[in-house]
Amino acid sequence: MALAMMMAATMLLTGCGSGGSEERVVNVCSWGEYIDEDLIYQFEEETGIKVNYQTAESNEALYSLLKTGAGDYDVIVPSDYMIGRLIAEDMLAELDYSNIPNFGLIDDQYKGLSYDPDNKYTVPYTWGTLGIIYNTTMVDEPITSWDAMFDEKYAGQVLMIRNSRDALAAALLDLGYDINTTDEAQIREAYQLLSGAKNAGVYQAFVMDEVFQKMEGGNAAIAMYYAGDYLTMLENNPDLAYVVPQEGSNWFVDAMCVLKDAQHKEEAEEWINFIAGTDPPPGNGRRHLLAAIGWPFPPLPPKPAHRHCHPRP
Amino acid sequence: MKNKLSHFAIPYVIWMALFVVAPIIIVVIYAFSSASGGFTLANFARMGTYAVVFTRSFKLAIIATIICLLIGYPVSYIMSKEGPRFQRIAMVLIMLPMWMNFLLRTYSWMSILENNGLLNQLFQKIGLIALYNQVFGTDLQYFRLINTQGAVVLGMVYNYLPFMILPIYSVIIKLDRSLIEAAHDLGANTFNVFRRVILPLSLPGVLSGITMVFVPSVSTFAISKMLGGGTEMMLGDLIEQQFLGGAYNPQLGAAISLVMMVIVVVCMWVMNRFGEGEEQAVMM
Repeated sequence: MALAMMMAATMLLTGCGSGGSEERVVNVCSWGEYIDEDLIYQFEEETGIKVNYQTAESNEALYSLLKTGAGDYDVIVPSDYMIGRLIAEDMLAELDYSNIPNFGLIDDQYKGLSYDPDNKYTVPYTWGTLGIIYNTTMVDEPITSWDAMFDEKYAGQVLMIRNSRDALAAALLDLGYDINTTDEAQIREAYQLLSGAKNAGVYQAFVMDEVFQKMEGGNAAIAMYYAGDYLTMLENNPDLAYVVPQEGSNWFVDAMCVLKDAQHKEEAEEWINFIAGTDPPPGNGRRHLLAAIGWPFPPLPPKPAHRHCHPRP
Repeated sequence: MKNKLSHFAIPYVIWMALFVVAPIIIVVIYAFSSASGGFTLANFARMGTYAVVFTRSFKLAIIATIICLLIGYPVSYIMSKEGPRFQRIAMVLIMLPMWMNFLLRTYSWMSILENNGLLNQLFQKIGLIALYNQVFGTDLQYFRLINTQGAVVLGMVYNYLPFMILPIYSVIIKLDRSLIEAAHDLGANTFNVFRRVILPLSLPGVLSGITMVFVPSVSTFAISKMLGGGTEMMLGDLIEQQFLGGAYNPQLGAAISLVMMVIVVVCMWVMNRFGEGEEQAVMM
């Protein structure tokens, strides 16, 4: 009996992992609210490949899933800096671009970026900017600089982002350094700026998704967050403004990659090609997420018109 | 008879072995390994850095547990004295919030406690904030409710109070009425009956209530994140950061978890010893 229980438990646990050998499958791990789900059905119908579409919470959570072997994925959609790390740790497979002809539809300015200089591993998915969202009724003058994130004048009214890379980026930019610096003295200086502001009581809270409720409800004056999410907040509170500070900001790109130990590399490339070839759907709402794909972009606008085009918290 | 029945425990034993014992062993192995897999004690050497987080977590969890006990015990006691109809309704009211998702309920508390939230709007409307400003000569726009340690304790008490009430209630309701009657007959007044008979006999319920409130409180991360605003890091946040956050260091995370588990187990052991002694002393 014990044996039977064990077997039943094992079968339950592994049941979803294995499929018939003839069935073609691709395991995709992306972010929440990051795709028009009709596209998945369309792809399945056109190719007969079954898509196991899953989502991870953040780049760091995805990394942890990959490291522990808990995630059995073929295609992932990490952000620039995480792609760089995955390439450095030899976890990504080189793509065969002859299987991805739609790669040609993507504007050249999104290719060969610093995280994948020879463009051997990635096909861009979306992009966006990081900036400051503020409530125009709660500040005296328009915000233009990252200084606002460290200014004691706004003590208790500032929401700092709960994402170490982005929080450090604000401090580094404010100090006039490169956000990708590896100079320890500069990083320490940025840390001091952040911890000084924290100890001075500048930060009301450290937030990710909670930022929506707090900014929409007028509970805080200033927050740093992603451009796409600003548009969502603006729908609920017209007093909000967004600025990419004068010192510059993080322009991020999320790109599709195939894992080195992927079991369905061929299907993965078919999926990537399909996604790269989709037209930006017309109209507004969640579906315009994919507007960033296969579309010749204009130069960076101050307010990118894409919602949720950012690495999830 | 006993041996036959023990077969029914096999699924549970397997379950415990697979999902309780094995994970703990894995945590121990991780806690003593370096990133490359060798044996090391380095993960524990850094524990001193986090002393402040340990202290804060235990402090808040202890406060929350005491408040739960102070509210939960009288509620259970009063409930058990009332008629069955009252008990049923009270039970439903206590359980009702638990039918909703824990995160959702905590998220709602955010809207209530915000600077511009429901409570502050109410205080504004009834002139409480103006009155406070007049009396204390301050210039407040709102009371600072959210993003404080108080809000975190409130979140813990709100979420875990049923876990204090239920075990105490289920013990008190099963007390042998004849013991209470005997105490009265022998001349004890109501207070003495409570202190010398009911309280000692309900201690097992109190002890399991304390455990069931304290343990989740000390390791929570959702409550401190949402109601504490992340400015006051707790153990749960620290551990989560090692596994799912930018810090990614599962070995350190395992070490912190292990230290926390050991402290909790020691606390529980001491408390249970104390509880046993009390019970025996009263029996004598």
